[in-house]
Amino acid sequence: MPHNATSSTPGGLNVAVLVSIGRHPLTARTRRADQDARAVEMALTLDGASVSLIHAGQQEREHEEALRGYLGMGIDTVNLIQQCPQADVVPALADALRQGAPQLVLSGARAETNEASGVLPYLLAEALGWPIITNLAAVEKVEQGMATVLQALPRGKRRRLRIRLPAIATVDSSAPAARQSAFGPARRGALEHLDAASDIDEALAAWQVQPARKRPKRLKIVKSSSARDRFKAAAAKADGGGGQTLTDVTPEQGAEAIFKLLKEEGVLR
Amino acid sequence: MLDTLLPILLFSALLLAAIGAVRRVRLWRQGRPSSVPVIKGLMQVPRRYLVDLHHVVERDKYISHTHVATAGGFVLAALLAIVVHGFGLQSAILGWVLLAATTSMFIGSLLVAKRRSPPPSRLSKGPWMRLPKSLMAFSLGMFAVTLPTAGILPEGVFQSGLGWIAALVLAAVIVWGLGEMFFGMTWGGPMKHAFAGALHLAFHRRPERFSDGTGGEHRSTGLKALKLDDDNAKLGVEKPADFTWNQLLGFDACVQCGRCEAMCPAFAAGQPLNPKKLIQDMVVGMAGGSDAKYYGSPYPGKPVGEHEGHPHGPIVARQGTSLVDPETLWSCTTCRACVEECPMMIEHVDAIVDMRRFLTLEHGNTPNKGAEVLDNLIATDNPGGFDPDSRLHWAADLNLPLMADKQEADVLLWLGDGVFDMRNQRTLRAFISVLRAANVDFAVLGNEERDSGDVARRLGDEATFQTLARRNIQTLSRYRFARIVTCDPHSFHVLKNEYGELGTAQTPADYHVQHHSTYISELVSANKLTFKAWKGGSVTYHDPCYLGRYNGEYEAPRDVLKALGIEIKEMARSGYRSRCCGGGGGAPITDIPGKQRIPDMRMEDVRETGADLVAVGCPQCTAMLEGVVEPRAGIKDIAELVADALIIETPADQSPQRQQAPAAPRPALEVAS
Repeated sequence: MPHNATSSTPGGLNVAVLVSIGRHPLTARTRRADQDARAVEMALTLDGASVSLIHAGQQEREHEEALRGYLGMGIDTVNLIQQCPQADVVPALADALRQGAPQLVLSGARAETNEASGVLPYLLAEALGWPIITNLAAVEKVEQGMATVLQALPRGKRRRLRIRLPAIATVDSSAPAARQSAFGPARRGALEHLDAASDIDEALAAWQVQPARKRPKRLKIVKSSSARDRFKAAAAKADGGGGQTLTDVTPEQGAEAIFKLLKEEGVLR
Repeated sequence: MLDTLLPILLFSALLLAAIGAVRRVRLWRQGRPSSVPVIKGLMQVPRRYLVDLHHVVERDKYISHTHVATAGGFVLAALLAIVVHGFGLQSAILGWVLLAATTSMFIGSLLVAKRRSPPPSRLSKGPWMRLPKSLMAFSLGMFAVTLPTAGILPEGVFQSGLGWIAALVLAAVIVWGLGEMFFGMTWGGPMKHAFAGALHLAFHRRPERFSDGTGGEHRSTGLKALKLDDDNAKLGVEKPADFTWNQLLGFDACVQCGRCEAMCPAFAAGQPLNPKKLIQDMVVGMAGGSDAKYYGSPYPGKPVGEHEGHPHGPIVARQGTSLVDPETLWSCTTCRACVEECPMMIEHVDAIVDMRRFLTLEHGNTPNKGAEVLDNLIATDNPGGFDPDSRLHWAADLNLPLMADKQEADVLLWLGDGVFDMRNQRTLRAFISVLRAANVDFAVLGNEERDSGDVARRLGDEATFQTLARRNIQTLSRYRFARIVTCDPHSFHVLKNEYGELGTAQTPADYHVQHHSTYISELVSANKLTFKAWKGGSVTYHDPCYLGRYNGEYEAPRDVLKALGIEIKEMARSGYRSRCCGGGGGAPITDIPGKQRIPDMRMEDVRETGADLVAVGCPQCTAMLEGVVEPRAGIKDIAELVADALIIETPADQSPQRQQAPAAPRPALEVAS
């Protein structure tokens, strides 16, 4: 049984989890977002961590129901930073995190509603000047301001990393699944409303938003005839195999290498 | 000497019994309040005992005769002993009656002793093994001391010489007998069942289960709704004291006869559940202590003596062990075989669901696929997580009339979640062809239909059940129909027995609901269907729990099969003793491992009849029984058997319908979108 958030020891690890309103892919009903719930699960399993949940958004009945999904995991309160619908939530979240001063900030990699660009953790990291780590699979230990974590790589690979805290980490579907959300605690938990100035997202206002168009999907044709070939095709490593691993390089050399790659790929011109 | 000793013994035993009774009542009163009509309930006890309880006991003729002789003899003997020996009323006539009563009791105790040599495994040993001897001690002792009263032995025979010694021996025997029969009755001996049982009958939480002399069905199987309006209330049962007081009283009434154990499919499959032990564990929890003093069969795979509880301690621990392990509660298929068999009318399934409610709603600990299924029900209104707008995809070619278009129909066909299951789609297609052959005016809800909430409720998620049920009630309230017909006994039961409590004044939820076998049986009686002669092999019929035990429908499916020209080869366990297929109560979802699988045992029952085919009437049963490896009998739903045998009327009758089809308001394409 994982550790319960409410019984945290004083002076232990202070973890903030950013939670958003999820949306079921088939029925579009609001719910706790899958990746965010995994982030909460990870926070709850950290030994002796005190967990606080932060959501920046609007106070609405549907949203409240979704947020209660997180409370049902055994959380007492969710801090709800009130923002108007056109707001850019990054400044408000950055302020809240600066004030709360958590050592570790967890969040899902990408929201299920609204922009869902997946850049929010990066923008926060930039605003706070903290390191960011993506695809967190597990936090192994936290000692003297350093965390040893496992990062998930494609095809089940794991990479062990050490990062200096405070840091921001994003969790995706490689992390353990979230525990069941129980109705009773969800109903009893509190939503603490915090007022904060809304920073209108000017860029967003200028955008034109339209429903996504269904695109035709290219059929994957497996030409092989035998089961063995089909299995090999299914289990084969992704194409490419190029690229390089740089170790023990200066930040300048690393940046140089990335810059070169982005140019090669045509991302930068 | 005996003249002075006997009143002292009798009245001190009665006094001790009274003190014990107060203690016992206080144990029950630890439970939550529950209002019952006290006087009316007590007045009903004789009738409930002599009619309803006896009806169950009578299924085992031997023990019913034994009990009549023993209990009848004892009650009469005890009353007379108080009058004759307690108050010293030296009447020869009363003496003779007392002699007769003790003789009857003695004969009864001989029969009890015979049944216990050796005791069958379902019976508890320990103190229960001494009960026949105690019964003999009471009856023989009372018999002997009454001989002078009746004038058979001279007065004063116990007051001289050898008589003194005999008197001493008799006094000792009577102390033993009184100790068991009076003292033990309220202090927790085997005779406790008489005291608690009588009060349990008076204050039963389902008084509607008992007949009232006016005839009619007396069945009460729907789960009672959990009040969800108080945000701070604890949901479900965490501690023994969270049961209502009359539930605790009911647990205390258990005689440990083990009839439930003998019928429980989970116990037979070696899953860690034994209904008898569960009830005894609740008694242990209510009084506080460990289960070490339990002398019956344990939960398979769980030795006795490792669990203990307290009235205000958790029944299921979050970590480690407590009174009961969660696997025990999740093994139950809610088939109600235990409740059906229980001569003390104990409600095992209610208790199990009460405890499951706590585990799901407060702990958030529904095992295995439970959490996923509940999440799917919340997000997509069906347990499989399928797109709710794809409910009618399977019927794209059937031009099913939609309630949304027709607004009213004679029959509302409730399809159930079987629409997402390819096997069940065959059953539904068959039933629709039967409806069309009989020219029934029917319609379906289509994408407006939601899961009935059965699985959510049995998994303890009362909140999701009530949400689904209220939405379904809302949907149903928009349309006019004479009856609901469904191929799924689980939806049938929930719609019929569990929605009513959630209806409101504006949207009452009292529907006329029928299982498809009942409806087909009606169509057959009305000569709306004609059948070819049956050419298949021999057939047996498997009673679904939610149709049979839950709703008492045993005849209609058999009538339909008979109308098809099928002679049913009944299984040893059929009708109210039908063995569960293992598919109820969310058991396939929580999937607690045992030594064997319940459906395998059921197909073994089928094999013993030598039948080539099992007729079923439930999508769960179909799925569970078809999951058994071959070689085995074939499995067909009653609707499929009927559809196969149909002789479709002359084309002339059919042509108007055929022509209508293309002009139907909703062409297939749109339904499938």
